[in-house]
Parts: sequence; structure tokens; C-alpha cells
Amino acid sequence: MSSPAPRVGVTVASPRFARPAALVGRNLMVQKAVPYVWATGLVEPVFYLLSIGVGIGHLVGKMPGPNGAEVPYAAFVAPALLASSAMNGAVYECTTNIFDKLHWAKIYRGVVATPLTPRDIAVAEVASAVVRSALYSAAFLVAMAVLSGTRSPWALLALPCAVLVGLAFAACGFMSACYMRSWTDFDKVMLVQMPLFLFSATFYPLSVFPRWLQLLVEAAPLYQGVAACRELCLGQPSWDIIGHLAYLAALAGAAMAISTRRATKLLTP
Amino acid sequence: MAGTQVPMRLRPLHYFWATFRRQWRSDISTTFLTPVLYLASIGAGLGSFIKGGQVLASLGGEDYLSFVAPALLVTTAMQVAVSRSTYDVYGCKNWWSGAYRSMLAAPLSVGDIVTGHLAWVAARVGLASAFYLAVSAAFGAVHSPAAAADLVVGPVVGLAFAAPIIAYAITVRHEQPFVMIFRLVMVPLFLFSGTFFPLSQLPTGLRYIAYVLPLWHGVELSRGLYQGSLGAWPALGHLAYLVVVIAVGSMAASRTYRKELAP
Amino acid sequence: MTEPLVMARALVKRFGNFVAVDHIDFDVLPGEAFGFLGPNGAGKSSTMRMIGATSPRSGGELRVLGVEPDDYGPQVRARLGVVPQEDNLDTELSVSDNLYVYGRYFGIPRRQLRQRVAELLDFAQLAERAGDRVNDLSGGMKRRLTIARSLVNQPELLLLDEPTTGLDPQARHLLWDRLHRLKRSGVTLLVTTHYMEEAEQLCDRLVVMDRGRIAAMGSPRQLIERYVSREVVELRFDDEEAPAMASLVNGLAPHTEALADRLLLYTEDGDLTAQAVARRGLKPTNVLVRRASLEDVFLRLTGRQLVD
Repeated sequence: MSSPAPRVGVTVASPRFARPAALVGRNLMVQKAVPYVWATGLVEPVFYLLSIGVGIGHLVGKMPGPNGAEVPYAAFVAPALLASSAMNGAVYECTTNIFDKLHWAKIYRGVVATPLTPRDIAVAEVASAVVRSALYSAAFLVAMAVLSGTRSPWALLALPCAVLVGLAFAACGFMSACYMRSWTDFDKVMLVQMPLFLFSATFYPLSVFPRWLQLLVEAAPLYQGVAACRELCLGQPSWDIIGHLAYLAALAGAAMAISTRRATKLLTP
Repeated sequence: MAGTQVPMRLRPLHYFWATFRRQWRSDISTTFLTPVLYLASIGAGLGSFIKGGQVLASLGGEDYLSFVAPALLVTTAMQVAVSRSTYDVYGCKNWWSGAYRSMLAAPLSVGDIVTGHLAWVAARVGLASAFYLAVSAAFGAVHSPAAAADLVVGPVVGLAFAAPIIAYAITVRHEQPFVMIFRLVMVPLFLFSGTFFPLSQLPTGLRYIAYVLPLWHGVELSRGLYQGSLGAWPALGHLAYLVVVIAVGSMAASRTYRKELAP
Repeated sequence: MTEPLVMARALVKRFGNFVAVDHIDFDVLPGEAFGFLGPNGAGKSSTMRMIGATSPRSGGELRVLGVEPDDYGPQVRARLGVVPQEDNLDTELSVSDNLYVYGRYFGIPRRQLRQRVAELLDFAQLAERAGDRVNDLSGGMKRRLTIARSLVNQPELLLLDEPTTGLDPQARHLLWDRLHRLKRSGVTLLVTTHYMEEAEQLCDRLVVMDRGRIAAMGSPRQLIERYVSREVVELRFDDEEAPAMASLVNGLAPHTEALADRLLLYTEDGDLTAQAVARRGLKPTNVLVRRASLEDVFLRLTGRQLVD
């Protein structure tokens, strides 16, 4: 049996890319209506960089970098802020928003009646979050070069690295949104996000922690991003980065797979 | 039974209490874990890298943990208050239950709703402050029994944010502006009000901005109480300032609420 | 003979242990308006979702536009229009952007789409509200927008789930008018409803569903002829009396149904039966002779016990 031919003008374009793109387009259209949200999203991480990098940096002085040599605190903490703001931005984009579209506004009920599948929806939402996250990360890198004197060309590679962090956490965010039952469940997301932000060797080296906690941190997802971005921004890359990136990619893949299954169950019962 | 009746102004609390009872478990765990995590990571962890006599002198002589803990109590008060007076107001007006409308259908006035909502914010901030106080005492950051007065300072700071913000929140047609309040008001205040480093490090212009905004007054009060070094006159000055903000904010809220709910 | 657009054989939908659709068979032919009539929970919406390729079937056979919707979901949906029971318009977009974005989901090129959106706004009488937010529209306008949205891809088959529930009479008649126009232009309509009037207005053929099964199938006229008689005599009594009176009208009509406040006598000639009632010396507070309607079929098939 051949598949039915659609009418003129309607295309069931190649599933990998074009269908989700229509939903990404929709999200961009909504975003364009509120440019100030974009603009302030660019500014927020810079506030953190100024306060923690420069302000607290004034109190701390220097911090040992990945290869043991001391670096100014701003240079130490900035890459970690880059990674954690990629995480925070992605989770922010992909939890409340998605939950709202799933259960309150029920927008997706309308979307699954079109050629788009639940998988297309998951891909599109995560892609939208990644687009935004990439933009913020790029702006942050520029601010970082100005404020903390990052000069290494390796720092340019911190951008794709931060985008991967954004991708992994956007996928996790979408997945959690699919499992939530009420708005209060977002507190649980906070309870995961906050310790990740505070304890992923973000503000100081791992060596502060007791051995058991070090192992725990090294297994946590944000740490991968922090470690990779830090090595790159400080111009001290090691082969460990490959492992960190592989971890993030695997996390993104797993979260996408679970998201797709769950969204299919929710949207096409 | 007239003697045991709850006054009108506090009756909206019935609603908030009912919603709280449904979700207190996750609320409590967030409220409790936030201070534990922040004090451990920033206070103790990062604090272990902040040494040297001159630096510590600029922090008031004690360690970094003692410097940052009282400020974090106040920033948390602000965060709890802001989140309870943005989405909650929007929700009470537009979404879940349209709670405000049902309150108006009951014999409550617009003024009662404003007072009731603010009373609820104050109660929630009080709870968060109590947790923070207990946790920072456990971390050894409290140096004076006067710190107990933070149980009042926390809610006062919270109200200084909540009152003007609910006045605005009731007027919005869309939730997007709340993001702006978080990013452009809360985050900068959190980061630059003498919380993590002394205000003296800021350029003069920015320092004056910090003086005008409520958070710094709260931080000064709380820090003075934790250290037991708060003078009567500065205390009165800071409190008076916060009370004025609350009064002006509440008056504005009464007006905007009336305009929106009972035009 | 033309191939049916939808063909179901022993179609089943289960949710856990609950059987929502229980072995139903039906065909929908091109160009007709086909109705699913039944009380809430009869399995109408589940059937619609399976046809709409947004819910996999649990058993049996289903072909939509000649293929299995479970295997060709996107291809099938590309040729369908769906009007869900509950409006799920995109509240973050304006009226016209709702149509535009929806068209993009179907891969319609931008230029072509802009023209289509303008046509649809006219069709739905919403051109003046094009820039408004969806939440500022009235219930009837939202419904019209949802219908316009479902037409963006020029569907061959339009699925309408309770299209006029909750609308006021004017809004409802306007909608019916739009649907008649669509039908005239060759679109096949599949409608679920629990309004008899709607089914009689819109449907060429319909099935009555009850508890997941098909209780009857045919045109409204056929169903009335088959399951009830041509006319009905309604006898109203003061409350509580009606059931007690049921035995007194024995033999006056082939079927009698006793409702709480009235007796319904199904008969071929209403006036004759009414006279017979009078001859028996019964004194109802009100006597009404009317043509039998789908509602009577519905009551008979899904509702109350009949008293013969």
C-alpha cells in the first residue's frame, strides 16, 4: 500500500527536520513579540559574572586552575558560570513552559492533529531552548573575554560545549515536564538544580570536598560542563573533555528517548 | 460564636492556607534546603578561600560565612516574597480557581484581599526566615541572640518587596513581565546589595543606587543583629525606610486592586 | 462503488481494563456527512481520535483514506481537518497567527499560506479580529477560529467532535451554515454530537453509539422509521401521575414510554391516538401531537425502558 498523496500545497516534509522546524518557527514568533525577555536573558549572566567574578574575586584573589597553576578568580569562575547559566536557561525554558503547553493551554493537542508527531514536538521544544541558550552563551563568552581577560583561542570551543550543556538539560527539562502533575512539582526540579549549581565545582576546585563528595560531583551532569568549559576557557584542555562531552551527549540522547516515549503516551493515548 | 470569628482582613488566609496544606511538603523542603545548600557551598566552601587579615577586616572581622549568612537570610526573604507576589497574584486573578473573584463574591472587600495576601506573604517569609536562622546558627554564623529579631526583619523586608510588586502584578495581562522583575530587580539586588562582598567595593554611583533600594537596608539590619553590633539609631532608620516602602506599596496596591477587581 | 474514506471492522479501543470502543464496524463514504450520536462516554471521541491518527487502535481493522492511520500518522493527518471537543487554540498567538502557524505545521509554503489565512478569516467572519489575542474572543468566535484552523490544509475529511457544545443559538446556526457550505464544496464531514437537532441538521447517515458499541445505523429518517413510529403523542400530567397512568393507555399505541412527567405514545397517526385517549376519559393537563424525532430514537436505544 502506497502512502496517500497529500493535496497541493501540503507537504509531509522529511520528518527528521522540517516538521519540528515549523514548531521552532512558532516559538520564535512568540519570542519575537517579547524582545525584552531575550535582552534581559543576555544581561542576567553578566550580573553574576560581575558580582561573583569581580566582587567576590576581589576577596578571594587567586584560585588554582585545572593544571594546578593559580589563576585570577574571575577567570576561574567565569567558565563555570557559563556552563551553569546554560543549564539554568535550558531548564527554565523547558519546564514550566512545556508543562503549561501540555496541561493548561493544551497547545500540543492541536499540534498532534497535524502531521507533527510527539517526537517532533520534543525535538522542536528542545531545539528552541538550545537556540536561545546558544545565543546567551555566545553573549556571555564576549562578556567574559572583556571582564575576565580570557584570551585563549580554545575558549571559542567553550561555546559548543555550553550548547551541549544546554541541549542535555533542555532534554532533561522536557522529560521532567512530561512527568509532572502540578505546578508544585517544579519545586522538585529546583531541588535538583540548586545543588548542581552550588556544588559542581562551580565556585572553587573539587579538592575542597571530601573524597566521597568528589566522586559524587564528578558523576553529576553539570560538573561535566563546568570542567570542560573551564579547561577550554583557561586554555588548558585535556583529553578528559572528550569524556565530559560524551557524558552530556549520552544524557541528552537518553532524556530525548524517554521524553519521546512519555510525550507519545500523553498526547496520543 | 462571634467571638472566635476571623477578622475580614485575615479571611483570605483561609484560601492560602488551604493551598499551602496541599503542597507544604515540597514547599518546606525547598525552604529548608535552600539555606543548607547556600551556606554550605558559598559560606563554608567558598569562605574557606577567603582569608587574610585585611580582607576579613573589610568583612567586619569575622569569617566569610558570618558575613554572608545574615545577608542570605534577607535575600531569601526577598525571593520568597517576590515569588509569592507575582505568579500567585496572577494565578489568584486569572487561573486556578479565580480565588480573588470568589473572595469578592464572599463579603470581603478589595482592601481585605490586599491585606490578606500580604499577610500570607509575611507568614511565608517568616517561616523561611526561621529556617534560615536555625540553619545559620547550626553553621555557627550567629554571634548574638539579637539575631532572633530577624524573625521580624525577614517579613518586613519581604513586605517591602511584596507590597509594591502586588500593586503591579495585579495589572499585568501576561506573565512575561515577571521574568523582568526577576532578572532586572531581584537578581541585581541579590548580587549587589552588600550580600556577597562589601558595598564599599562598588563604584560610588552604584553604591547610591543600592542605598535607595530596600534590600541593602535589610542586609544591614540582619548583619547587625547577627553580630550583635546594631545601634539603635541605624536600626530605626533602616526600619523606618522599609516601613515607608511598605506603606506606599500597600496604598498603591489598594488602588490598583480596586481598579482591576472592582472597577 | 466508491471506496470508503474511513472503514472500520471490529475496531476496539481499550484504556487498561476499560473498553471504550467495543468491536464496531462502519464505513464513511466520500462526500457524506456522517454522525456519531450517543451519550457522554459512549466512545465517540475515542473513535474520532483513532480516525484522526492521534490514538493507536487496540484491535480490529481501521483504514483512513485507504491506509492504516497507525502506520501513516503524519500522511493521514496531512489530509484531515480536526475540530476537537475543547478548543486548543494557541493562546500565545494572535487570531491570524493561529491560522498561519497551524498551516506551517502542514508544511504549506509561506506565500500560499498568507493568502489561505486571509480566505479563512473571511470564511470564519473573523477578518476584523485578525490581530486580536485568542483569549479576547467570544466562545462562538473561538469555535469558528478552530474550524477555520482545521481547514487550513484543505482537508478531504473533516472530523468535528461536539462542534457546537456550549454555544448560543445564533453562534450555533452560523456554524451549521459554515458546515453546510463545506459539505456542498465536497468535504466529507464526520461529526460527533449529543444534540439530536444537530445530527438531524447535518448528517446524511449516522450511528447511535452506546457503551462502546453501535446500537443502530442509518439516515435520520430511516432510524426514526425503524425504531419509532412517524408521530408521537405527548401526554403531560401533573407530577408523579404519569407512570401511574401508563397502564391506562395500554393498547392505544404500539409503543409507549413513561417519563417522569409525561407519557409518550408512538403511533402512525397522532390525531387518531389523541382522540382515542380522550375517549378513554383520561384528562392530561396538556396533549401534544408531533413528528417523531431522533431524540425519540436516542431515548429508545440508549435510554429508558420502553413500556409496551
